[in-house]
Amino acid sequence: MNIMALINALPGACAQGLIWGIMAIGVFITYRILDLADLTVDGTMCTGGAVCIMMMLSGHNVWVSLLAAFLAGMLAGLVTGLLHTAFGIPAILAGILSQLGLYSINLRIMDNKANQAVNVDKYDLLVSLRYIKGVPFYKNTLLIAVVIIAVLIALLYWFFGTELGCSIRATGSNPNMSRAQGINTDLTKIIGLMLSNGIVAFASGLYAQYQGFADINAGRGAIVIGLAAVIIGQVVFGRIHGNFAFKLVSVALGGVIYYLVLQVVLWLGLNANDLKLVSATVVAIFLAIPYLKGKHFSKPVKKGGVGNA
Amino acid sequence: MLNIHRISKTFNAGTVNEKRALSGLELHLQEGDFVTVIGGNGAGKSTMLNAIAGTWFVDEGSILIDGIDVTRLPEHKRAAYLGRVFQDPMTGTAASMQIEENLALASRRGKRRSLRIGITAKERERYREQLQILELGLENRLTTGVGLLSGGQRQALTLLMATLRKPKLLLLDEHTAALDPKTAAKVLEATDKIVGKDNLTTIMITHNMKDAIVHGNRLVMMHEGHIIYDVSGEEKKKLTVSDLLRKFEEASGSEFANDRMMLA
Repeated sequence: MNIMALINALPGACAQGLIWGIMAIGVFITYRILDLADLTVDGTMCTGGAVCIMMMLSGHNVWVSLLAAFLAGMLAGLVTGLLHTAFGIPAILAGILSQLGLYSINLRIMDNKANQAVNVDKYDLLVSLRYIKGVPFYKNTLLIAVVIIAVLIALLYWFFGTELGCSIRATGSNPNMSRAQGINTDLTKIIGLMLSNGIVAFASGLYAQYQGFADINAGRGAIVIGLAAVIIGQVVFGRIHGNFAFKLVSVALGGVIYYLVLQVVLWLGLNANDLKLVSATVVAIFLAIPYLKGKHFSKPVKKGGVGNA
Repeated sequence: MLNIHRISKTFNAGTVNEKRALSGLELHLQEGDFVTVIGGNGAGKSTMLNAIAGTWFVDEGSILIDGIDVTRLPEHKRAAYLGRVFQDPMTGTAASMQIEENLALASRRGKRRSLRIGITAKERERYREQLQILELGLENRLTTGVGLLSGGQRQALTLLMATLRKPKLLLLDEHTAALDPKTAAKVLEATDKIVGKDNLTTIMITHNMKDAIVHGNRLVMMHEGHIIYDVSGEEKKKLTVSDLLRKFEEASGSEFANDRMMLA
């Protein structure tokens, strides 16, 4: 095993981790803020890339293409939101339905091909695996990803501090209380799902550029990677009491840690085909820990020591 | 202020679990009325409050709040006119948010929620003042997470939230039932203070007959989904617990059956 091979691979792993960190911030909005498990993202993590690459191939500017990807993701979130709120389908099932439908739509977007490549030499890409080394620093994918994350977190920090943002947080925390305080919880759930899927599709657009192609299977298991980043961020940085912005930073860093660990595991000789199983196992373990801790390791309350109600 | 005209509600209609929870309920409240509601298990007390609040729609009849027909208005729109405190202290507040954030949410009840900042410095000062009414020291803990408060503190906070924007009608659904007697007394004291200060029209369900007699200017007793006894003014002041029990047996033809009913 060549340690230099690992070290050389780390910047690329960081870049991928940062891009997936953006995606994980989208997952954070539904999973943590709205308390919904939204599986639409497995579809939108492909849709965004498909839209972005096809737009660029037809001659659009990279920013316009990314905006289109964001809007496409929002549209997918809107469908899931309507299935869930207007038609009363449980959130998980609503997400699965959208995700399945998106598979066909994604193929249509990509002109019925399983993947569509974009040439880094011909097109002006924002991020690429070719922009990790040997480019001026302002073109470096790592820097660009960090800047995008910083701007995104600033925007979300502002948004979730507004009246509308607060009402979305309240909906996730206590829907009964929210309705009693005049919040239309159907609307706030839809807005949350749209925002989340928009961000995921935006990340997907970046990821497709990074890889140099959009792929029909790009979103498979995306929710698991997103959850992994959210949970790793929480486990690693959870002891630090930070504000909302810090929580988002830790989610993004969770994505980076996930990809660094992945790189090490691959370097140790794991078959790449086994990665999904490893990911699923890791996420299952991290999800189980808080539950098992509470169940088996909580300190018993002393008899007669019950505090006031 | 409130006109409930012959409302009915049947749950699980057409199944073995069919339950007629409200049957031709009629209730009219004047502005400033403070009504206490008593009744046995399944009498329809909470169902009545949920019907007013719009948790679901009634099968028949109409509900008017201050002349506005709200019968078909969804819950979040009716909230503009209503302040609510629930039996379970966990229901009325958002545990993962701060005290001041909960108050800010409540102070925007009935208003459009825009992209303006969710809580201003001026508001904070106002909340600090208003929290002093509760005498729980919460005015110094504005940024504390509500999840860290005790049941009594959360219930008092919910009461303040319900009345932060003066509601046309305040609905209290056994809001002291889950509290220990000392805390319950404190929350009731705060209730009287807040209701009296703004002369709020109030409906308070209680399982404590003595509380039902002492508080408010009017008392109604429910049985099988409608009101069987309605008393106010001087006559109510002279009531005793044994009067109430006798009235119940007269009106319903059965004995007062409620395990939780407190007679003292």
